[in-house]
Amino acid sequence: MMHSAIAVDKLDNVATALRNLEQGESIRIDTGDNANEIAVKESIAQGFKIALEDIGEGQSVIKYGEVIGLATLNIAKGTCVHVHNIEGVKGRGDKS
Amino acid sequence: MKFMGYRRISGNVGVRNHVLIFPTVTCAATVAQMISREVPGTVCVTHQHGCGHLGEEKDHMIRVMSGFCANPNVAGVLLVGLGCELITPEVLIEHLRKTRQQVESLSIQNLGGTTKAVEKGIELARKLLSEAAETRREEVDLSGLIVGTHCGGSDTMSGLTANPALGIACDLLVAESGTVILSETPEMLGTEHILAKRAANDSVRRHIFEITEATEKRLKSTGADIRGTEPSPGNIAGGLSTLEEKSLGAIRKGGTSPINEVIEFAQKPSQKGLVIMDGPAHDIISNTGMIAAGAQLIAFTTGRGTPIGSPIAPVTKISSNSTLYNCMQDNIDINAGTILDGEGMIEGIGEEIFKELIEVASGKLTRAELLGHCEFAIHSIGPTV
Repeated sequence: MMHSAIAVDKLDNVATALRNLEQGESIRIDTGDNANEIAVKESIAQGFKIALEDIGEGQSVIKYGEVIGLATLNIAKGTCVHVHNIEGVKGRGDKS
Repeated sequence: MKFMGYRRISGNVGVRNHVLIFPTVTCAATVAQMISREVPGTVCVTHQHGCGHLGEEKDHMIRVMSGFCANPNVAGVLLVGLGCELITPEVLIEHLRKTRQQVESLSIQNLGGTTKAVEKGIELARKLLSEAAETRREEVDLSGLIVGTHCGGSDTMSGLTANPALGIACDLLVAESGTVILSETPEMLGTEHILAKRAANDSVRRHIFEITEATEKRLKSTGADIRGTEPSPGNIAGGLSTLEEKSLGAIRKGGTSPINEVIEFAQKPSQKGLVIMDGPAHDIISNTGMIAAGAQLIAFTTGRGTPIGSPIAPVTKISSNSTLYNCMQDNIDINAGTILDGEGMIEGIGEEIFKELIEVASGKLTRAELLGHCEFAIHSIGPTV
């Protein structure tokens, strides 16, 4: 069966869309032991990430059970998580 | 397990039987190409180096060039020099003697110009070809294989399909006492703690932190925002948001084995199993470095798609998604995107990749070979004098 989105680790607060997700639909995401129903709040293209919970500005974004960056804005559950609202901290010469 | 390879005098095993025409300096590149054009069956590279190197960069260039020419996929090499360069054929011959590589050489200045050098080169290349034709494939052990891994033009699916599937193939090769190289140090940033946990001993653990810290320091010293380069514009368009996210997906391609050694760029591993090579993430430079380190095969995952190959080593392409596979079928050997379509499992694709690599090692041509792709590049690490 083809999943709509995949969360790699149970600690993850984002999942990767495996198909284009439409605003208004509800998708099921298996995260380790739990299965979550998530209401998609905006259209999210295949390959892009969806927030599995509200992520506050400055909080860690978790994928693969590891920190992939920090939220630069408050991110609402069910919305797209990408370069417009998160940033990495590694190798940032502009921040040194 | 066994495959059909070419046993070399050095004891190493080749998966191809190439005669390589190699200019030791960029000034000899056109002559090298002219020779190769006249002798079908030879392969040729060109590059921008061989002169004006200082200190560490000189050692780096010699290591990459001599390592590449010594790769066991090369039955014999014709070194083409100008005569007044820093890295002459004689400099490389000194290194190639250690691996007992079959070498011929010429100097354009000594022979009296392009026409005479090409004439002599054709004669030497034909001699090397006829010697190479004497070698036959024979049954050899998989433990002699070194597979270089790379992910280039990644997307978010790379870390979920193609990379973990390749990781399974790498674990299978390590179980057969083969060697796997994981490189691209910039794409280890954010994963140091994970890799360090898998270090075979304290020295390897320290070495992992040394190369990642040095790389991050070097990147930061530019004062630039790494975003836009890592991840690249194509990565970002493919859904990757940060370097850390890209790295976490990238390291999965090496599998889950203990890390037995950290080697320099283009340095031959002294250990079997999984080793890390310190080097850039640039696709062609990274492949060149792993091939110069002795890798006879490259397993290359991609989400955005790339056509590249190597003049002397097969590059097997694995797509992370079926859209790419359907769009660039002539460039892709295996589609790991079936995992997303619900048709394949990561383990199954991993085994398929492992079997394909053995087939390719035994002579099956990759798409990149069929299309004639032969990209080659060496990076500078110091000022050009």
